[in-house]
Amino acid sequence: MSGPAAPGRPSAQDVEAVFRSEYGRAVAVLVRASGDIDLAEDAVQEAFAAAAERWPAAGLPPSPAGWIVTTARNRMIDRQRRESIRAARQTEAVRLYGAGAPMPGMSAMPDGAGGPGDRGGQAGSQDDPVDPADATDPADLGDPDGPVPDERLRLIFTCCHPALAPTAQVALTLRLLGGLATPEIARAFLVGEAAMAQRIVRAKAKIRDAGIPYRVPTAGELPERLPPVLAVVHLVFNEGYLAASGDRLVRDELCTEAVRLGRLLAELMPDEPEVLGLLALMLLVQARRPARTAADGSLVRLPDQDRSQWDRGLVAEGRALVRRCLRIDRPGPFQIQAAISAVHADAVRAEDTDWRQIVQLYDLQMALAPGPVVALHRAVAVAERDGPQAGLDLVDALDMDGSHLFHAVRAELLGRLGRRSEAVRAYEAAEERAANTVEREHLRARRRALGDG
Amino acid sequence: MKQYLLSIHQPTGSMPPPEFLAEVTAELAALREELAAAGAWVFGNALHDPDTATVVRPQAHGGVLVTDGPYAEGKEHLGGIMVIEVADLDVALAWARRYAAATTLPVEVRPFRG
Repeated sequence: MSGPAAPGRPSAQDVEAVFRSEYGRAVAVLVRASGDIDLAEDAVQEAFAAAAERWPAAGLPPSPAGWIVTTARNRMIDRQRRESIRAARQTEAVRLYGAGAPMPGMSAMPDGAGGPGDRGGQAGSQDDPVDPADATDPADLGDPDGPVPDERLRLIFTCCHPALAPTAQVALTLRLLGGLATPEIARAFLVGEAAMAQRIVRAKAKIRDAGIPYRVPTAGELPERLPPVLAVVHLVFNEGYLAASGDRLVRDELCTEAVRLGRLLAELMPDEPEVLGLLALMLLVQARRPARTAADGSLVRLPDQDRSQWDRGLVAEGRALVRRCLRIDRPGPFQIQAAISAVHADAVRAEDTDWRQIVQLYDLQMALAPGPVVALHRAVAVAERDGPQAGLDLVDALDMDGSHLFHAVRAELLGRLGRRSEAVRAYEAAEERAANTVEREHLRARRRALGDG
Repeated sequence: MKQYLLSIHQPTGSMPPPEFLAEVTAELAALREELAAAGAWVFGNALHDPDTATVVRPQAHGGVLVTDGPYAEGKEHLGGIMVIEVADLDVALAWARRYAAATTLPVEVRPFRG
C-alpha cells in the first residue's frame, strides 16, 4: 500500500497516544448518542482496532478524533441495525405491529426485554434541554474532520454519581474516560481481575437499571456533585503517587491519567476554583516526582530532596493555577493544599521554606475542612516554625494511634528533642502500621540512623 | 419515564411524640399533592406496624403455612412505600430527599424493571 504524503507514518505509539487522549472523548460521544455504555465501548474499541490496522499504512487522518468517532458511530449503527432486525423478527413472531413501526435501535424489543434501546428511548424522553438525537445528527458526527463535541463532562459526572460506590466510581472513570483495561485497573488497586470486572459490570448495570442520567449537574447541584468527581481524580493520583506496592508502570500511568483528567476538568469547568486547585496540587506534587525516589528505589523526604530535579515547567503551571485561584477568592481544601505545595516550591532550599505561611494555610484548612490528618500536618509545620516541642504538644493531643504517619511524626519530633528511646518506640509503632514496603523500609532506616547517631 | 419505589425505613420500637407525627403526616400529604401535580405520583401509603403482618410460606411438599408476624424481625422495618414515575434517578433522588427531610428517616430508592 502506498500511503499519502503524510508527514511520517504513524507508529504503534502514535496510535496509542491517540487512544490515550481520545478514547474517553469518543466513548462519551457515543454513550450520549446511544445511551448504552457497553455498545459505545465496543464500538470505540473496534474503531481503534481498525485505526491500528489502517493508520500505519495510510497515515494519520486529518482529525484522528473525528475519524475514530465517525468509524465507531458507523459500527454502532450497523450493530444496532442488525440487532434491531433480529429483535424485530423475534417480535414479529410474538405479535404483529400496526402502524407503529419498530424504531431503529432496540426499541423494537418486546416490553421487559431490557434492551439498550430502553436507555436511548428514556434518555430522549427527558425534559433535558439537549436531546440525544442532537448528538447523532450527521452534522455533528458525520464529518470525520469536523469538530467532535465534548461529552466527557456528562460521562464523568455519571461515572462519579453518588449512587455508585466510591470504588466503582474510580474504576468506571479509569475505564470509560481513561481507556484503562480492567486488568490494569485491577493491578493498580491490588484487586483480583475477576472482582474488578464484576465491580465494573455491576456499576454499568446500575447506571442502566436505576436510570442514572447522563447530564452535567446544574450550578445549584455542583457543590454536592463536584466533590466526588474531584475525590476520584485525587484518589487516582494518590494511588499512583503514594502506593509503593504494585507495578511501577501502572502507577506512573495512574498519575498521568489523573493529571489528564484534572486538565480535562479544568478545561471544561474553568471557573470552579476547586477544580483548578486540584490540578495545581497534582502538578506541584508531580513536579517533585523525579526527586522523590533515590537510585536504589528508596523514598527521599521533602526536606532531603534535590530540588534542582523538580520539574520547573510543572511548578510554573501549578503556581499560575494557584494564582488564578487566589483571584477567584473562593478557597477550598484542594486550593489550600495546592497553595501549601506552592510555598514549598518557592523555597530554593528546604531551610528557606516559609513555615509561617504554611501554618497559616493549615489554619485555614482546619477552618474549612478540619480533620486529624490536617491537624497532624499542621503540627509538623508548627514544629518547623516554633520548634519540636511545640509540634509534639499538638501531636500528642491527637487521637490517631492507628495511623503510621502519626507515629512517624512523633518519632521524628522525639528524635529532634533527643528523647531517643521514645523515638525508637514510635518508629517501631509506625513501621507496624505502614501499609507499603518502601515506606516501611524508610522508617526502619530512620530508626537505625537514630540508634547509630 | 421510569418507575421507582421509595421505601421509608424506620426504627422498630419507640414511636415519636404525636405532635411530631402530626407534622410529618401533614408534610407527607403536601408532598403527595406535589407529586400528583407533577404527574409523578403512582401509588403510596404508610404501613401498619410489622406486628400486624402475616406471612404465607410455601411448604416443601406443596401447600402453604400461614404464620403470624413479619417475615423478618429487625431493628428497622418498612414504614411506608411510594411508587413514583419520573425521568431518571436524579429526579427520583430529589423526591426521596424531600421524604427523608419530612420524615427524618432513611429512604431507599429502587428502580422497577421495565
